[in-house]
Order: sequence, then C-alpha cells, then structure tokens
Amino acid sequence: MQRVVVLGGGVGGTLAANLIARKLKHEISAGQAKVTVVDATGSHAYQPGYMYIAMGSERPEKLVKPEKSLLDGNVELVIDTATRIDAAGGTVSLGSGVTMAFDQLVIALGSRILPGDLANFEGEAHHFYTPEAAARLRGALDAFEGGKIVIGIAGIPYKCPPAPLEVAFLIESELRQRGLRDRTELTFLSPINRAFTIESVSDMATPIFEQKGIRLELLAGVSEIDAERKVVITDAFEEHPYDLLICVPPHKGAQVLIDSGLAPKSGWLPTDRATLQVKTVAKPAPGTADEDVPRYLNVYALGDTTDLPLSKAGSTAHFEAPVVAERVAASVQGRAPEAKEATYVGKVMCFFEVGDGKGTLLQFDYNHPPKPPKPSALWHIGKIMFNKTYWRTVPRGRV
Amino acid sequence: MTAETTTTVTTTIDARGSFCPGPLMELIRGMREAEVGDVLAVLSTDKGSKADIPKWVGKAGHTLIGVFAREGFDEIIVQKVR
Repeated sequence: MQRVVVLGGGVGGTLAANLIARKLKHEISAGQAKVTVVDATGSHAYQPGYMYIAMGSERPEKLVKPEKSLLDGNVELVIDTATRIDAAGGTVSLGSGVTMAFDQLVIALGSRILPGDLANFEGEAHHFYTPEAAARLRGALDAFEGGKIVIGIAGIPYKCPPAPLEVAFLIESELRQRGLRDRTELTFLSPINRAFTIESVSDMATPIFEQKGIRLELLAGVSEIDAERKVVITDAFEEHPYDLLICVPPHKGAQVLIDSGLAPKSGWLPTDRATLQVKTVAKPAPGTADEDVPRYLNVYALGDTTDLPLSKAGSTAHFEAPVVAERVAASVQGRAPEAKEATYVGKVMCFFEVGDGKGTLLQFDYNHPPKPPKPSALWHIGKIMFNKTYWRTVPRGRV
Repeated sequence: MTAETTTTVTTTIDARGSFCPGPLMELIRGMREAEVGDVLAVLSTDKGSKADIPKWVGKAGHTLIGVFAREGFDEIIVQKVR
C-alpha cells in the first residue's frame, strides 16, 4: 500500500489530492494506494473573495464550503493539525496524538498572517485577510466621512500581491462615487522602490496612482504604528498621519515547518523551482549553490508554503498542483514522470482590479514577465465570473 | 574587511540567489536587529540591489560605505546611523 498524505485543504492541497486520486484511480480501487488530506478545520475558504467583503460586494458565507464536498470520493479527509513532520523518517505527527506514515508527502499549509507581530496593529490597522477583518474594514469605510487614508504593507512576501493596490484603486472609486473624494487624502506606501514587485506591472500601475490622485510613497514599508499620534512610521523613519489605516499584516509560513526544522524562521519552505520537491536544508550555508542542496525525493510543496519568488496566490497553487500530482502518481506507479507535465515553469495568472468597473490580467512565468493588457471592463467581469465559478472548477481540476 | 575599505563588517547578509526585493528586505530586517554604528554587508546577485539598496539607505539616513563588484555578485556595505 502506497500512502499519499496531503497536508492542507486549501487550493493547492485540494486540487493536488483530487488530481492524484484521479491518476491513481485503479491503484486506489485495488487497495494499492491511499490518498489522505489532513486539514485543520475541514472547511475550504476562497480567500480571494475576502477583499470583496471589504468592498461591500461579497458575503462571508459565500466564501466557505466543507472540504469534504470538494474532494474526490477516493480521497480520505482527516480533520486534524500536523504538529511535527519527520520528512526523512516518513511520518507526520498530528495534534490528536496519531502518527501518520507516508510514502509520498505533499505540503500545502499556506501562509499565516501575524497582525500581533507589529505593535498596535490590532487596535489601529484594518486589513482584509480574514472575513471578520474585511467586514470590520467595510464598517470603517461606511463610517468614513473624509480625512487621511493610508494603505501600507508590513513585510514582504504577503498573500495576493496586487490586493493592496486593488484596494487603493477600489476605495478611490468608491469615495468619488460617494462624493467624499475631495475631502480625502489617499496615500499608498510601497515597501520597495516601485509600486509593485514586478516591473511591468509597476509600469502599468504607477500612472493609475497618478490619475487617481493617490500619493505613492516608495521605500516605505510599514515599520511602526504610533497609536497615540495616529502616525505610521516607515522602515526609512518617515511618518504618515492617518485617520483610517489599512495595512497588510506580517506573514509567515506554517509554524510546524519551523518546528520540524524544515523551514527557516520565516516559515517559507525551501522548494525546488521546477520539481517542487522540498530541499533538505532549511538554510543552506552562505554561498552554497542551489543545485548542491539535496532534495527529499518524496516530499513536495506547493502554494503559499514554498519559498519560491512567485506570487503567494491561489493561482500559483493551481498551476503547481498538476506538476506535484504527476510526480506523486508516477512514483506510486513506479514509472518516470512525464517530463513536460512534471516540470513547473513558474506559471501564474491572476486578475487585477483598477476600479471603476475595470481590470487587467497578469499572466507570467519564470521567463516571461507579465504584459498586462490595457484595463477594461472585460477583465473585471472575468474576475467576478472566475470568483463565482471557483467552487465548480478549480478544486475539482476542471480548469 | 574588504580590499576597498578598512571598515570592519559587523554582520554579513548573504542574499545571493534571492530575487528583488529579497536583498533589500533582508537588509531592512538586519538593520532593525543591529546596533547604531554596526556595519552590515549585503551580498546580492540581483541586479536591482545596487540601485535600490543605496536609495533606501539614503532615505533612511544611514551611511552607504560602498557598492563593490565581486566575482558573480555585488557587495553593498552600509553603516547603521540611527
């Protein structure tokens, strides 16, 4: 019996498990293979929808479904928390005290937001990374009657890189429609030396900041929040007063990866960019060539979990899952993986809202930066349609 | 110690292999943990670092000691002032 264990029931874990189960249909029915998803909650959340709760166009109950309802009938679901992973020894310890043995392991544990890591964040800053926080932000926007809005980022990487820019653009449109724009000063604090990490996207977004009259401050990562004076202090010691503060909270990878010695303090799991196999050393010695770091041949990572220089977004996990599925299935079946299907080329595709019912599309891979088309209603509608059809398409591997 | 300067480096941050904005973010993290007067060296293979890091250093009011081309990477040396 070959035991395939998938940790995490988000986009990556669910899709990978379903694709593996499909490829191993015969082995599973013959009792030669078993696919198990271990998920902490048993609920699958569609996180890209949270931003729309804050924008007043989505309801939290529409963004969650039981994980079991999304899994192939041949996939077992265990609702439990991984507390220790012995990658070399082939076991995962669970919170219930059970130890699960695996022959193939897929780690898709996502990322964690840590608002508490920045003093005064929880009392002062709004965000949209949980349904509750997004609803609170909606309430604050409804009560807003003008003043200074500051939108900032407390650390890179974070989930859905375009989201804070989208929120800035969408709030600007909303305030204009509500007649509050000329009573509001909007400031966007970018932690790097341009508006967005990818240069071509930055080139597309920068003129939109200008058109919308949103002040764009560069090299201005959020470092401190002074609650008494209502001021944000940046990495470069500049101060920005606010009446309403919206900030991307600090992010880290899963704690169990740090505790198990698989990931460095950041929690992002060292992962091979093409095979998605996990590297055996959490933090290689300075100057070590990447190819000299051995990989675990039966342990894979996908989605936000990895340390790959890609967007932490469902789309990344979506395009990584078929690679993991092919490699896992090939190992179980004792065959060589199909080279093309089993190599991740860094493909990511996501929509980008610019406000006023318009959007654009970011499509790229390791070797081809995005060339976003001119913002139009088409891509905004595309994003809304994608969000609405997600449950029937992505987790089940239909797109 | 480097060939171009007699400054003693307190901490070296090896960000080789990390893509933009990784080396800059690593330096900002290192600066938070450093003491005033410490000298930090960032090793980077990312071409953007030698422009972006000096800009941030200037904006933050620290001292840029120098940007040195090494074999296959750049070494950017910075002193924490505040």
